[in-house]
Amino acid sequence: MSDYDLPAAIATLRRVREDPNRLGRRGHGDAGPALGAGHGATGPASKRVIVGYGFWIFLLSDIVMFSCFFAAFAVQREATAGGPTISDIVDLRRVALETAALLLSSYSCGLSFAATNARNRLWTQVFLAITAALGLAFVLLEAQEFYDLVRNGVTPQRSGMLTAFFGLVGLHGVHVSIGGLWLATMMAQVQFKGFRTEIVHRLICFNLFWHALDIVWIGIFTIVYLIGAGS
Amino acid sequence: MLGKLSWSAIPIHEPIPLITSVVMIVVILGVLGLITFKGWWPYLWREWITSVDHKRIGVMYCLLGIVMLIRGFADAIMMRSHQALAINAAGYLPPEHYNQIFSAHGTIMIFFAAMPLVIGVMNFVTPLQLGVRDVAFPTLNSVSFWLTASGALLVNLSLFIGEFARTGWLPYPPLSEATYSPGVGVDYYLWAVQISGIGTLMTGVNFVTTVLKMRCPGMGYFSMPMFCWTTLAASLLIVAVFPILTATLAMLSLDRFFGWHYFSNDLGGNPMMFWNLIWAWGHPEVYILVLPAFGIFSEIFSTFSGKPLFGYRSMVAATLFICLVSLMVWLHHFFTMGSGPAVNTAFGISTSIIAVGTGVKIFNWIFTMYGGRVRFSVPMLWSLGFIFTFVIGGMTGVLLAVPPADFVLHNSMFLVAHFHNVIVGGVVFALFAGIHYWFPKAFGFRLHEGWGKAAFWCAFIGFWVTFAPLYVLGLEGMTRRLQHVEIEAWRPMLYLSVVGVVILIAGVVCQITQLVVSIVRRDALRDLTGDPWDGRSLEWATPSPAPFFNFATLPDVAGEEAYWGIKLQAIESQQLAPEPRYADIEMPVNSPVGFYTAFFATVVGFSLVWQIWWLAILGLAAAYAGFVVFAWRDIHEVHVPAEEVARVDRARRAAREALLQRLAHQGATP
Amino acid sequence: MSNLEFDPHEYTGTLDKREDHAPGDVAEESAGHWVLNANLGLGFSVVLTVASFWAAGAHWIWGPAVPMALIVLAIAQMGVHLVYFLHITTGPDNTNNVLALAYGVLVVFLILAGSVWIMAHLADNMMPMDKLMDMAR
Repeated sequence: MSDYDLPAAIATLRRVREDPNRLGRRGHGDAGPALGAGHGATGPASKRVIVGYGFWIFLLSDIVMFSCFFAAFAVQREATAGGPTISDIVDLRRVALETAALLLSSYSCGLSFAATNARNRLWTQVFLAITAALGLAFVLLEAQEFYDLVRNGVTPQRSGMLTAFFGLVGLHGVHVSIGGLWLATMMAQVQFKGFRTEIVHRLICFNLFWHALDIVWIGIFTIVYLIGAGS
Repeated sequence: MLGKLSWSAIPIHEPIPLITSVVMIVVILGVLGLITFKGWWPYLWREWITSVDHKRIGVMYCLLGIVMLIRGFADAIMMRSHQALAINAAGYLPPEHYNQIFSAHGTIMIFFAAMPLVIGVMNFVTPLQLGVRDVAFPTLNSVSFWLTASGALLVNLSLFIGEFARTGWLPYPPLSEATYSPGVGVDYYLWAVQISGIGTLMTGVNFVTTVLKMRCPGMGYFSMPMFCWTTLAASLLIVAVFPILTATLAMLSLDRFFGWHYFSNDLGGNPMMFWNLIWAWGHPEVYILVLPAFGIFSEIFSTFSGKPLFGYRSMVAATLFICLVSLMVWLHHFFTMGSGPAVNTAFGISTSIIAVGTGVKIFNWIFTMYGGRVRFSVPMLWSLGFIFTFVIGGMTGVLLAVPPADFVLHNSMFLVAHFHNVIVGGVVFALFAGIHYWFPKAFGFRLHEGWGKAAFWCAFIGFWVTFAPLYVLGLEGMTRRLQHVEIEAWRPMLYLSVVGVVILIAGVVCQITQLVVSIVRRDALRDLTGDPWDGRSLEWATPSPAPFFNFATLPDVAGEEAYWGIKLQAIESQQLAPEPRYADIEMPVNSPVGFYTAFFATVVGFSLVWQIWWLAILGLAAAYAGFVVFAWRDIHEVHVPAEEVARVDRARRAAREALLQRLAHQGATP
Repeated sequence: MSNLEFDPHEYTGTLDKREDHAPGDVAEESAGHWVLNANLGLGFSVVLTVASFWAAGAHWIWGPAVPMALIVLAIAQMGVHLVYFLHITTGPDNTNNVLALAYGVLVVFLILAGSVWIMAHLADNMMPMDKLMDMAR
């Protein structure tokens, strides 16, 4: 009965060493409630793992939602109803700018979490602010694109292809905008509450969300814009 | 200012909806008045509405599901009686009203009766069986429930403000496009299902995380009770397919609101894409319902046979097999769409293959009973009724999976009989069995056996008398959703079906009586030990009703059938395990954020239905403000002192000691 | 739950490398490690993105091969993001994360491939909707 008096984390770490791959082998019954790995038989995982994993699952479902819009675009790509084709409406220069903005924002988001790990509030805020500014630039570029298209009569009401185009790209834009709102809220929380456990957890989730949006954007600029421009 | 909303939305000139709404409003006002008069509001607010306890939320889900089940059943009674009266006659429901009723029946039964009941049981049971104190995200759980309730409220609101969809339970375009359905019915459907669907998605996320990351020490994957495996599989399906539903309904909303062309039949829209996407959600959805039902039956068969579940690992494999293959069969819902032989063959084969997994389960249940000491209690009766009903339903399903047969039978009453066969026989029977089985854990007393048996026999016989004639009618060529019938030869079967409905009504009456009788005689039916059925999994290790923290100390378990092992050891050594050292417990603090979110979700949904844009924006802003306030809170947990934990647990131990001595006295061995 | 609120990162200062991890989290909580990862991720991403844009406009690649090349580059870049920005590894601490990811990829594949396959066969077999509407008039 030695493990019982140790802090749970120490006991768990010791246990993890005995069973590195968590195949469920462990000494049974010799320990009190333990903080486990979350898989195998070592008891519930830490809040940090639970929060991160839960958000990961949510992100997967979000990506599935995007895949429906991708599928709609793939199916309706040729359905131009005599209107403009996809290659008519692609402006690769703007897309390159948008891609650069989003990729750099992903980068600075990663750096912000490095600062969070170092518990450095100033640099966390600086990098989060850069992330927000680049995200805003992305949204503005996209808004400009949509505005130009609509001004020239290229509206989603024109054809099935344009519906699918505006739907897919617009959905991503909405996600980035919501992410921006979340980011602003997080910055305020970091400022007023500091690096409390639950705020660090939320920052982990925000990082995941922002990187996932960039991954979706890779799909969009490849399938919609680059392949579209060549067709 | 108010969008499309005006006084003409109230159905003054249609007697049936008007009377129903007036009765409903009177009943609701009566209930609210009673609560106010008795001064129950603070209690309700504190203990239920803001509760983040998974058991309370589970009970509320079940309550919502049962109310909506009765509401959907009322629609069913109207449909069956109307068809029987509309043979070469007008019947009593005008076509546009009849169409709303069959649409509402399907929508309510799937989204607001079956789903809440399944999720309710999942909520109540899973953390208890895993030996933990709550789900992964307790507050999110409350949000999920209240969003589901918000969707249910919107569906019922459509009864007396405006109209409901007339497009069937899945609103197929182009009929559901604004051109052909200009009213608000489809919009009510879209926003009600959208809001509750988001709630369900959150539940899925919550339960995947709970099962994978929160199990008591010693409980590896292969020592989880079967119900937890099915919860995991169903939740995995939820997170995989509910976003498809969200996306598809969003596309249809864009078409309807702004004249986009996802599913329109002009300018490059593709209505068939809706069928493709909605069934990519729709088919896994039936497995989301039926997998937890399989889990419930697994628990019951093993408990009431006094044996471990036969072929536990093959059962796990079958569950995960069904989970994966159910994602690959969706086209069998539209074999006749015209994708041709290659596509139809592939999906026909995958559909037939999925029956193998279910077959494995059926045989495992039968072998669980084999050689066991079977107790024919009410949950067991439902389970036996299920095997009989579900096997036949499953076989008609395999028949429909053969594309050439499907070309003959699709869209007929045969199909209607088939899916009621599997959903009523599979899901609804399971839920009644599960409610009877876990009721003592929730409320501390058992349900009355005699009335339960009467309810089972009425439901079982009533079901077959109602739906067997529909198989015959389907084979005779009767299509579904007919507002009137012009073939005299169908009269006997339609009448017989109504007889079945009458027997089913008797079953519902028995069930309500059972509840009332049990509440009245609750002292005689009280479960003092916490283990009324000689159970095998951890929920029976807690007292009944379970304390809000579930377990005084997290159980530390070994092997399959965690509680059975603990019990066996106690009986053999004639004593309980030594008293643990009690420590303080932190439990998540109650939060009104779920109720608050759902309130604004209802406002946003309602204003989107009527296109009151400013109100929708206001509602979204308010919801965001609510989240910020929630995120800003400083107190996340309430502190339960060790003395309180010890007090509750010592009472439990005393009851267990008494049980142990009684068993020793009887000379009983497990 | 008290033991769930307990965060081993704070208690032990460092994490055991073999401890389970949330996605996007790593064993070493040192800022240098994160910065290195982010730099590598950015570097690879820039190379792959430039290659994509360049391949889209390139005339010396055989025309029909361009979309395939672009898709390969996109998948490569998604991998880079997963590894360097999201810190997904193949270690035992990431088993659940990788399994969940694989499941998500399977679902996405089924939806995309299934829809395209089904709708392409439909388009081959059936008259286009607008023609059908013309006939109905």
